[in-house]
Amino acid sequence: MKKDSFAQFSGSEDYVTSEPLENAVNVSIALGRPLLIRGEAGTGKTLLAHSIAEGLEKKLITWNIKSTTKAQEGLYVYDTVQRLNDSRFGDKDISDIKQYIKLGKLGQAFTSPEQVVLLIDEVDKADIEFPNDLLNELDEMSFHIPETNETITAIHRPITVITSNAEKELPDAFLRRCIFHYIEFPTPELMEEIVRVHFPDIKDSLLGEALKTFYSLRKVDDFRKKPSTSELIDWIRALIAGGIPHKEVSKKIPFVGTLLKKETDYDLFVRNFADRRW
Amino acid sequence: MFTDFFYILRKNKVPVSLVEWMTLMEALAKGHIRNLDEFYFLARAILVKSEAYYDQYDISFQEYFQGVEAPEEIAQEVMDWLKDPLNRMLLGEEAQALFDSMDFDELMKELEKRLREQTEQHDGGGHWIGRGGTSPFGHSGYHPHGIRIGGQGGGRHAVQIAQERRFKNYRSDLTLDVRQIGVALKKLRQLRRTGPEDELDLEGTIKATAKNAGDLDFIWQRSRKNTVKLLLLMDVGGSMEPYAMLCSRLFSAAHSSTHFKDFQYYYFHNCIYDNLYRDIEREDAVSTVHLLRTLEPDYKLLVVGDARMGPWELVERYGAINYYERNEIPGIIWLRRIADHFSHCVWLNPDAPRFWIHATVNMIGRLFPMYPLTLEGLEQSVGKLVVKK
Repeated sequence: MKKDSFAQFSGSEDYVTSEPLENAVNVSIALGRPLLIRGEAGTGKTLLAHSIAEGLEKKLITWNIKSTTKAQEGLYVYDTVQRLNDSRFGDKDISDIKQYIKLGKLGQAFTSPEQVVLLIDEVDKADIEFPNDLLNELDEMSFHIPETNETITAIHRPITVITSNAEKELPDAFLRRCIFHYIEFPTPELMEEIVRVHFPDIKDSLLGEALKTFYSLRKVDDFRKKPSTSELIDWIRALIAGGIPHKEVSKKIPFVGTLLKKETDYDLFVRNFADRRW
Repeated sequence: MFTDFFYILRKNKVPVSLVEWMTLMEALAKGHIRNLDEFYFLARAILVKSEAYYDQYDISFQEYFQGVEAPEEIAQEVMDWLKDPLNRMLLGEEAQALFDSMDFDELMKELEKRLREQTEQHDGGGHWIGRGGTSPFGHSGYHPHGIRIGGQGGGRHAVQIAQERRFKNYRSDLTLDVRQIGVALKKLRQLRRTGPEDELDLEGTIKATAKNAGDLDFIWQRSRKNTVKLLLLMDVGGSMEPYAMLCSRLFSAAHSSTHFKDFQYYYFHNCIYDNLYRDIEREDAVSTVHLLRTLEPDYKLLVVGDARMGPWELVERYGAINYYERNEIPGIIWLRRIADHFSHCVWLNPDAPRFWIHATVNMIGRLFPMYPLTLEGLEQSVGKLVVKK
């Protein structure tokens, strides 16, 4: 693998990447723009950030987005309630507002003395306007705190990874500033490699049978949630722990509950598997 | 460089803006892109922001780089050569002039042209593509910076990847699945504060507490909920049969969306007359007049149908396709009443817009804003349904 200043990231020990993905990561680092990652659930979007942090030996700051998250929380929170409380009972100097300003994840990433990896996880969970509220901050990598008249500017531009499940469409202005990569579902060959990273000692016969069964299950369009990589890993872990001989894997499909997480999918499986429809 | 590619992308409806184009130029200028394969992936990462456009990107890429195979090592040499002026010293005057006049994409174009002109294998010589010659194209040749054709390969090349068009299924103007429809319908929301006062109003609490000389005084407020009510009318049977699957997906997405304040659905066949039906078999009838009386005008109305019928079925008394219906009022009047009653309504047509040139489709299209039943069409219609009037 090339090792000049541009190509920095090439996966880590427990994360298998593809070349396009590595290139996307590296160009986003080089241009200092956020990397937007999309893909089916369980294809390792979140793990990518962990892998970048590990591969480049940088600290990872994770900002998990929920439906109630506001952009402001990522910058800083002015803890007025604490100040109010202190004004009545505390012995602190309440005229010093600074001590009530708590930096959010974005603020922490900006003020870190070393470059960090900032993961903004599941950005689409938040309100539709959320990404727009962060535009300027991610662009300029700085923000202003009016309460203390301070401007926080990034010491080092953090390597920003944003993941999305495409539940909501992201605003165009936000997209224009990002590098985008769509993680495709791994091919059987790549999947074999991924499984081997997790289970280096796995027997070929077991792996072959497991993958065959897994991909045939994925072909069933009626499942509401098709099994994905993380489910496969769990399943194989269960197969190994249970000491299941490889011949039984495709015949009986033991521990199918680790692959199919929805009740309706499970029912469908039980009904159809008896008839051997697939 | 590659400016035509930008316009080809835009022509193929990939939403590329100048901001992204300049980012790509920045990446090129910094030397991050060293061959055509990297160009394919990086340009895609920078220019395309949704897998829905990957297919259009592939098509554009093919169009621009059509017929060009540029194995990576040689293409890289071209790029390197373009960057390093010292290399030019090694060339003869003629070649230098030739290369000075071309940048990478022109070189590609020239190659393409010569490929077309040439019909036979050609070894040696200075213009045609072949082996051992001095033309910039071909392999094992003297020309140090030519583009190699054939010879050793290695991996798949960008154009081949583009030709596979693996992302065809992600195109948003094709069909939809339940989840995609659900996501589109999610945008159909208007948040209002309703229900019991169970949310702490922090600002209000602080203000009240300050007024109260520092003694805590909690203020509560109502939480925000979606107030949208949705009415779905679906044409079933007959010419709608081929779209049954698509319509049932739309229905299940709307039905499983829990965030509507109210969701009602009725079926009709061909056109709406005196009655609408609660079931697909059209046995459980509800009079249209009753519905118009009981449903407030603020229901958002989605009608799904191909709007394609015999003109008499739409405009004449007793025109109903079912002889026994004996409608006194022609269908078009019913449709107008419905369109007039609801403040927000759209018509989703599963037929592709190129089939809309039809008498009744036109007439109905004048009453209802009509959109194709694709993800794009659905999003546009949702946009139409939420605008304030």
